Amino acid sequence: MRIDMADTHDFARGAAFLGTGGGGDPYIGRLLLQQALRKSPAARVLSVDELDDDALVVPIAGMGAPTVIVEKIVGFGEGERALRALERRLGRKATAIMSAEIGGLNALYPVAIATHLGLPVVDADGMGRAFPELQMVSFNIFGQSSAPMAMADEHGDVVLIESDNNLRVERLARPLIVPMGGLCMLALYPMSGRAVKQCAIRDTLSLALGIGRAIGNARAEQRDPFESLFAHLRTTEYYRHCRLLFDGKIVDLKRETLRGWAIGHAIIERFADGQRLEVTFRNEYLRARSDGRTLAIVPDLISILDRETAEPITTEGLKYGQRVRVVGASVPPIMRSERALEVWGPRAFGFDEPFVAIEESA
Amino acid sequence: MNPTPLRIGIDVGGTNTDAVVMLGRDVRAACKSPTTADVGSGIANALTEVLRQAEVQGADIGAVMIGTTHFTNAFVQARSLAKVGVIRLAAPATTSLPPFADWPDRLSDVVAGPAHVVRGGYNYDGSEIATPVREEIAAAVAAIRDAGVRAVAISSVFAPVNAAQEHFARDIVLQSIPDAAITLSHDLGRIGLLERENAAIMNASLSAIASDVLRAFGEALAALDIRCPLYVSQNDGTLMPPHVAARYPVLTFASGPTNSIRGGGFLSGLNDCIVVDIGGTTTDVGVLAGGMPRESSIAVDVGGVRTNFRMPDVLSIGLGGGSRVRQAGQTISVGPDSVGFRLRSEGLIFGGSTLTATDIAVAGGIVTLGNPVAVRHLERGLVQQSLQLMGAMIEDAIDRMKTSSGAVPVVLVGGGSILAPTKLRGASEVIIPQQAGVANAIGAAIAKASGEVDQVYSYEQLGRDAALERARTDATDKAVAAGADRATIRIADVEELPLQYLPGSAVRVRVKAIGELAGLGA
Repeated sequence: MRIDMADTHDFARGAAFLGTGGGGDPYIGRLLLQQALRKSPAARVLSVDELDDDALVVPIAGMGAPTVIVEKIVGFGEGERALRALERRLGRKATAIMSAEIGGLNALYPVAIATHLGLPVVDADGMGRAFPELQMVSFNIFGQSSAPMAMADEHGDVVLIESDNNLRVERLARPLIVPMGGLCMLALYPMSGRAVKQCAIRDTLSLALGIGRAIGNARAEQRDPFESLFAHLRTTEYYRHCRLLFDGKIVDLKRETLRGWAIGHAIIERFADGQRLEVTFRNEYLRARSDGRTLAIVPDLISILDRETAEPITTEGLKYGQRVRVVGASVPPIMRSERALEVWGPRAFGFDEPFVAIEESA
Repeated sequence: MNPTPLRIGIDVGGTNTDAVVMLGRDVRAACKSPTTADVGSGIANALTEVLRQAEVQGADIGAVMIGTTHFTNAFVQARSLAKVGVIRLAAPATTSLPPFADWPDRLSDVVAGPAHVVRGGYNYDGSEIATPVREEIAAAVAAIRDAGVRAVAISSVFAPVNAAQEHFARDIVLQSIPDAAITLSHDLGRIGLLERENAAIMNASLSAIASDVLRAFGEALAALDIRCPLYVSQNDGTLMPPHVAARYPVLTFASGPTNSIRGGGFLSGLNDCIVVDIGGTTTDVGVLAGGMPRESSIAVDVGGVRTNFRMPDVLSIGLGGGSRVRQAGQTISVGPDSVGFRLRSEGLIFGGSTLTATDIAVAGGIVTLGNPVAVRHLERGLVQQSLQLMGAMIEDAIDRMKTSSGAVPVVLVGGGSILAPTKLRGASEVIIPQQAGVANAIGAAIAKASGEVDQVYSYEQLGRDAALERARTDATDKAVAAGADRATIRIADVEELPLQYLPGSAVRVRVKAIGELAGLGA
């Protein structure tokens, strides 16, 4: 599979949907990918099965607050320095790049930097969505180590973290985001091809592209983009349980950049009856709740989309008065296992309630 | 702004300059006149005619409001734009995506001057990414000056949090290019470096024609002894004084559709309706919700350049009075191509040889215009099917803009409003107001007054709710001071930007309150 210039809008849109508000501004990611594709005609995408067992696959991701990404725009230098530092530590060159989370910038940047550096990118990620913390990834659930991990900022500063505990890596890294200006690029979870085959969520680059196309094609053909989106999601293995959660206008918005995250909530008022929905977010939309009842909660997907065009809106793109539709969808079964829910279920985000799958909360 | 209640509203469009004289809610006179290349003489012609019709003197007029798509059109068509030098204070950050990174070639070829990403910028917490270096900025300025460029856009990372570096760079530019037309990004935009920088570049590119056009406005009025205050329509339907418009021409960008939607609402007496503006080439469908045009929630491209302006949500379809009608076998198509302003020479009823939507309307007996004999030969089936298709195109556009499945009132405005059927699916009623052809000029004349608060509050001391309430109250008071009727004021925008480098949970709060001009007798 290849991703070329003609695919960039659809891919960015699908990545924004799966990013559930986070993962960083897909627009910046798309511009970087387009910049890379001007020099090299297509991004080379490898399916997981195409990987050699002893290949060295390095996920690359941004860490920090989405509100910072749209101002302090990340470049190729940050990711390249993080990758090179990790390669120096491992004494080996990476054979392929991978996305840690198939959401927003973190879906697009790995494809962009791989193309920029002439490397292939793997059609997979570690969650089939986006999450705000480093240990919230299937690689961790399967016992892969996030360290050694390299962090790089725009100044050329590089920090290398060694630890055998992925939660400790997150705790060590998070405070460093502040002196790095709220945003840095990471090279982490270096893995063999064999390990990728065991623990990655497969085909998610293709899935993002397909979701983006379903919305984009419907718009181009003047069909209802939401119908097209739902019809497409129902054909996928991971996201087939999906529905419209709410339809209304943003009447309150609270958003703060705290400890390296964008934290807050959006209140949406329904057109039909004035009923309100509260969507809580920490980089990603985590819980949608109305009238004392939870409609969808992590790790299931919650996306906020423009109600006319079905363009996904990131947490930093939310504005007072916007008219939006809120959509919920299931995640791969592996993401809902008991072990997985301990790491990214509602309680991991401080919600005092159990996970209820979206197909059961209707 | 209320010495005498007579007001003039002017709409300077690409083809026509329309003018109306209004007293309170009454339209005393209205006229259409061709737009001229120099803008000013077209306005003068329209003003002369409308004053004559209203039987008033220029000195009797209390206020003039001008709405114009002139700047939007100039930018989109890359016409009369100045080359812009850009200084972005950001390095070592952001260098992978320099200024103009996502501009279409046809615009960057015209607008892009020397662009430099120099050391500087702030982090989200107000700390500096890098301290700006005077010599580095001076070298960038020298390159701009040596290229003969005098329009300059200055941006910096997180300028809305701290504008000091943009001011620092501006002073260096002025030392080297004393007559530079400088736009600072923080004056125009919010968070989002590329969009804010784009707005600053667009604005700087319009600096040369902005002063010319605003001077032409003023001269046209002075020549007719109109000495009252002049205002220019903004994107959101509110007014700004001419010196602000001359400095920030981008603020007029979406005022055309805004005025047409508001004008349609005013003429129909409705606060909630769909306004369908049928022109020569396109039909623009917008929504009036609670008296204000519904805004687009996604980033809006202007001429292919991304911005974060707040703009009305308008759906444009290729249907207008000049749309070509074609028949191929059983299939009939209308538009999207149009003979445009050449309708009056190319349409069948005007002696031309092109079958247009207007010809169909005349043949169908919907409207009396031109020479009806010229369309008598058209097959009845073709005419009926074409009319149905045109109706269906409008119905489909209306349906896509609706927020609920219920029927809503539809107001038709614009020169092509005569083409539409008087019954439309999804419409509870179809209203074609008497002055539908000059809805834009009326929209300008009934523009709103606004008040804006942009201030830092301590949420720790006040609490968020109390702080927001204070900001709303202050913005409302300012709107009243600017002439708004208190009973009609709505909060149009609330934006919070936490300033973490200040103690006490300091948050920069921006609130905009908008209300009807008092004295309109709402």
